[in-house]
Amino acid sequence: MLLNQFLLLSAALFCIGVYGVLVRRNGVLVLMSIEMILNAVNINLVAFGTFHGIAGQVFALFVIAVAAAEVGVGLAIILLIYRNSRSIDIDQLDELKG
Amino acid sequence: MIASIVAQASPSFSLPANICFGITAAVMIGSAIKVVTTKNVVHAALYLVMVLAGVGVNYLLLQAEFLALTQFLVYIGAIVVLFLFGVMLTKAPLGRSEDLDNLRQRPLALLVSLILLGVLAGTLLDSFGDDKLPFRLSPEGNTQAISDSIFSTYLIPFEVVSVLLLAALIGAIVLARKD
Repeated sequence: MLLNQFLLLSAALFCIGVYGVLVRRNGVLVLMSIEMILNAVNINLVAFGTFHGIAGQVFALFVIAVAAAEVGVGLAIILLIYRNSRSIDIDQLDELKG
Repeated sequence: MIASIVAQASPSFSLPANICFGITAAVMIGSAIKVVTTKNVVHAALYLVMVLAGVGVNYLLLQAEFLALTQFLVYIGAIVVLFLFGVMLTKAPLGRSEDLDNLRQRPLALLVSLILLGVLAGTLLDSFGDDKLPFRLSPEGNTQAISDSIFSTYLIPFEVVSVLLLAALIGAIVLARKD
């Protein structure tokens, strides 16, 4: 198998995730797109890691752990936003605009 | 594990693995596009399960069994359930809803992601042309190597990640608590 097929799949997943982050208005859906981006990075780490022993897989494990922490805190923040403004439409969160 | 069994069974490993990769990649790309375009929040979470399972199958194809099992347990078992709880607790519309996308940003976002894909694909094809992946043929798996590595070389990052998870746990409780 070629290295490039995994890298291209990961690039496509990354770009779809970027599109989702840019276009979605619901906070939970933005977090889902971020998860896809992190998974694309993990595929890259493991694919390159096949050349260098085990380190790539260990780093992918660390990325999975950090992603779990990120989703927990992110969903708590979204719940807090919902409780304060009764909506998770991130386009309406423009209080910093002055 | 599966990949190495297949590799031992058949002299040319790449054909079945390539067929498996092609099917998985097609399902993953289709599901990922549905995640960012569907009008139903719950359907987006369920399509996300397909994408994450496809990533797990890719780990199996890359001979990373332990990582594939972690992917299935942590992502599909825990994180998707967390997303469904988030959908439920924010009272997102459960049926179709037309205002999930920012329509003004859609052409620009499409342009940005397509340009990004073009640049990335061009660079990858230019740099790694047709490099072959090296595959080990040993059937014993690499779980032991991963645990040896985590508990010796990467011991300090492992402890830091433990503290990070604890901090995230406490932070999530403090943020989401009613006071």
